[in-house]
Amino acid sequence: MIEGADIIRAAAFLGAGLAMGIGAIGPGVGEGMAAAKACEAIGKNPKEAGLLTRTMLVGQAVSESTGIYSLVVALLLLFVV
Amino acid sequence: MAYDIQTWVSVAAFTGGGMAMGFGAIGAAIGEGYTAASANEAIGRNPEQSGDIFKSMLVGQAIAESAAIFALVIALMLLFTKTPSHILSVPVVLGAGLCMGLGAIGSGVGSGFPAGAACTGMARQPAMSGRLTTNMLIGSAVCQTPAIFSLVVAFILLFTDFSLNPVSPTWAAILGAGISSGFGAIGSGLGGGLVAQASCEGISRQPLTVTPVTNVMLLGQAVTQTTAIYALLVSFILMFKSFPATDAFAPPMALLAAGLCMGIGAIGPAIGEGFAGQGAVAWIARNQEYIADLTRSMLVGQAVAESTGIYSLVIALVLIFVV
Repeated sequence: MIEGADIIRAAAFLGAGLAMGIGAIGPGVGEGMAAAKACEAIGKNPKEAGLLTRTMLVGQAVSESTGIYSLVVALLLLFVV
Repeated sequence: MAYDIQTWVSVAAFTGGGMAMGFGAIGAAIGEGYTAASANEAIGRNPEQSGDIFKSMLVGQAIAESAAIFALVIALMLLFTKTPSHILSVPVVLGAGLCMGLGAIGSGVGSGFPAGAACTGMARQPAMSGRLTTNMLIGSAVCQTPAIFSLVVAFILLFTDFSLNPVSPTWAAILGAGISSGFGAIGSGLGGGLVAQASCEGISRQPLTVTPVTNVMLLGQAVTQTTAIYALLVSFILMFKSFPATDAFAPPMALLAAGLCMGIGAIGPAIGEGFAGQGAVAWIARNQEYIADLTRSMLVGQAVAESTGIYSLVIALVLIFVV
């Protein structure tokens, strides 16, 4: 016998998996683009490697945020809701 | 209308076979088309090299084709092999078909990139033809590994006897295993191709940089393959762990969600790591003396891109082992 609470739990699990899975696509691609451009800029102007790496990391941290939102939502769906 | 189990198994096997070949045909065709386009451009620019370029195009296309051939093998097996009349054969054949079909996309497209760049490079720098072919072959071979992971998972699914396992939640574990490796292979195939493309382009511009370019290419490609390996790991756990029988609806959904989470979550990081590797390899070819700075930036950038893949792995493992 499948009850309502069971279906809600099942939906929360599926939602958590989809949230983290699909949510991981964008940050991964975006952070890669940032790293690619940072390598290009270091290749052109190696003296500024420190500054460029810092800029790359800050930019990646910002684009990582949506991945972390996905992680938070997935964990909420798994353990809180 | 009531049908016996064998009918449903056949329905699922034919559906799975269709999906295996349908999805599996996408990637190789795009990759081969890209190679042919680059070869035409290259022969137009340097008709004297048409023999070498034509040969390299065919070799590159043959490698890209192998992913589609894996899909064809699985599709034919699903059509003509007698699958046992057990209810769990339904998710097995669907999972195997999806796994191999989706898994062939990335490798097919990815292998086309280095082959195209090798053709272009031969027109630009005919003296480097031999070395370009070598790099193209190494790069494409790495691109094919995710498709081989998918093939392995599809074979294990088809040849393992699941009939003693409880129907629920094993059906979801089987489907999840196929989905995880299938989706998980897309990004790694593409990402590895981007890095190999940059290496073929780089050594045709700067023939003296062959060694550092090849080394960093292999390093970058290795990092792009990691997410496919996470997906393979989740598939193995789902296939070989024995799950207690349950009547509830939530436990099987957790296993299915674990496969979806790891599979789809592996796509983005691998493509991003491919971009990072492509940028680093391209600039090492132009500016070899800064290889240390460039490799470090590449690895730091890839590590950050990897993080969302690791979040997906964590959520998948929590779905399997905790909830």
